[in-house]
Amino acid sequence: MTFKHQLELTQVGIDFPTPKGPFTALTDVNLRIQKGEFISLIGHSGCGKSTVLNLVAGLNQATTGGVILEGQEVNEPGPERAVVFQNHSLLPWLSAYKNVELAVKQTRSGRSKKEIKDWVEHNLELVHMTHAADKLPSEISGGMKQRVGIARALAMQPKVLLMDEPFGALDALTRAHLQDSVMEIHSKLGNTVIMITHDVDEAVLLSDRIVMMTNGPAATIGEILPIELQRPRNRIELADDAKYNHYRHEVLKFLYEKQRKVESVDSHRKNKQKNASPVTLKTGSDKE
Amino acid sequence: MSKQAAIPLISEKQKLVDFNKFTGLAKPILLPIIGLVLFLGLWNGMAKNIDTSLGQFPGTAAVWEQANVLVDEHYAQQARASEFYERQEKRNAERVAKDPNYQPKIRDFTGAPTFFEQIWTSLYTVMFGFVMASVIAVPLGIVCGLSKSTYAAINPLIQLFKPISPLAWLPLVTMVVSAVYITDDPMFSKSFITSAATVALCCLWPTLINTAVGVSSIDKDLVNVSKVLRLNPLQHVLKIVMPSSIPAIFTGLRLSLGIGWMVLIAAEMLAQNPGLGKFVWDEFQNGSSESLARIMVAVLTIGIIGFILDRLMLQLQKWVSWDKTATLR
Repeated sequence: MTFKHQLELTQVGIDFPTPKGPFTALTDVNLRIQKGEFISLIGHSGCGKSTVLNLVAGLNQATTGGVILEGQEVNEPGPERAVVFQNHSLLPWLSAYKNVELAVKQTRSGRSKKEIKDWVEHNLELVHMTHAADKLPSEISGGMKQRVGIARALAMQPKVLLMDEPFGALDALTRAHLQDSVMEIHSKLGNTVIMITHDVDEAVLLSDRIVMMTNGPAATIGEILPIELQRPRNRIELADDAKYNHYRHEVLKFLYEKQRKVESVDSHRKNKQKNASPVTLKTGSDKE
Repeated sequence: MSKQAAIPLISEKQKLVDFNKFTGLAKPILLPIIGLVLFLGLWNGMAKNIDTSLGQFPGTAAVWEQANVLVDEHYAQQARASEFYERQEKRNAERVAKDPNYQPKIRDFTGAPTFFEQIWTSLYTVMFGFVMASVIAVPLGIVCGLSKSTYAAINPLIQLFKPISPLAWLPLVTMVVSAVYITDDPMFSKSFITSAATVALCCLWPTLINTAVGVSSIDKDLVNVSKVLRLNPLQHVLKIVMPSSIPAIFTGLRLSLGIGWMVLIAAEMLAQNPGLGKFVWDEFQNGSSESLARIMVAVLTIGIIGFILDRLMLQLQKWVSWDKTATLR
């Protein structure tokens, strides 16, 4: 059975209960994603990007509307929507191999020992981590941990791969390497990917569409920017590309002009601004 | 003048360097020795000035002498026991030779237990009580850590029972054991069950509390990993909860074993379980001129064994802990 859209978010909203009554984090989120698409979610801190991802993952439940994956409503977490967490979340007492193996044993139960071993090794190979298979997470670098985290997610053979700021905690060079790896894997496997990021370059480089979120509370999708750059993409060639820079400019314009956190609307908001941690974007602040 | 002054300055520096080299070795070896010597001196000095109805308080020499006596007594008793068994065997063989239908009777040696046998009794009594408590406390702690409602329900009871002295429990435990533990051929003596149960009652709490705290503070992301993988509750506990709360569980277990060992001595005194507690009590009741020195030997033995038990738990913790970089002490 084929679906026109693999993943549909319809009128999704979510309220979190607080002592002062419900807090509306998201409202009216509508998104249709096709199989194999690479989607980036971008927006200022606290705009509910992670909440959208958690809704698709099934870790949060929508108050209104719902998420439908291949004709089935999403209402609990599961391996067909594997998550790559921001801080890798590997089990610290298991080696890289064993971490991936846990996921494989869970999702490919009934397979022979050899099949399981082959599949674990295949996935470690995909992220170029075969050499450190027997290392504990504490013995490898942050980038390597995140690679193992991606291998673990891929090993579940997810219909949709969810990545929550996967490279946010890494240095710029490591991040570039991992972005290249993700592009390589995406072109090889053709998974549907939803990735949260606050790095404009990362979003433009990797995505088929960039979903830009408005500021919370009651955040929703502001604009959707299709990125029509030919694949495979090369970061060095694209650096001088007019189209690439145009997309980059569009995202920056959305974030800094249209969704600039308004400071004069009312004093309440102003105070909130002061208390909130400053929004940092990794690139493009010179173009502001 | 200035030249003369400079010479001692240099040698002063030299001394400083030497002293630094010396402190490298001093910290782990010399300083503890100094501490020990000071303590022994203080003990001997004070002992001379304390006169009790059982004679002077024992100094180091008297205690050392009694330690040797206890060792000798142990070997003498062992020799007597083996002689007894030899005689018994011989007698039985003779009876069987005379009358082939005779069923030989084997009797146990009934001599008083020696100091070392009493140490052994204490060790397995405390272990039995500790294991009983742990088998209850760890699973219960895990349930409390996983479920806030269970914790809310049990927490007042924990807080209520935690500060109760073993001496308060003992009469109740004794009566309950006498009433409930009735068999014709008891595998364990009642005094053993009473002591072990009292130890268990006091061992429960640190393990229970630490396990619950450890389990409830698991990294939320790891819980999410478990959800995404759809681990069933048993797998969740075995693969995620248990490994990540091992450090907390072991902290609890170590505290429990320490408390258990302290409680045991008191319990044995009152329950008359033939361990170190009973040894101390019997010597006290005996009231000979050597009694105080013999009690002092037992006191020091209790301390040394408590220390060894703690080190063993620490080694076990290091062995099972996945985080080999953590400093455990």
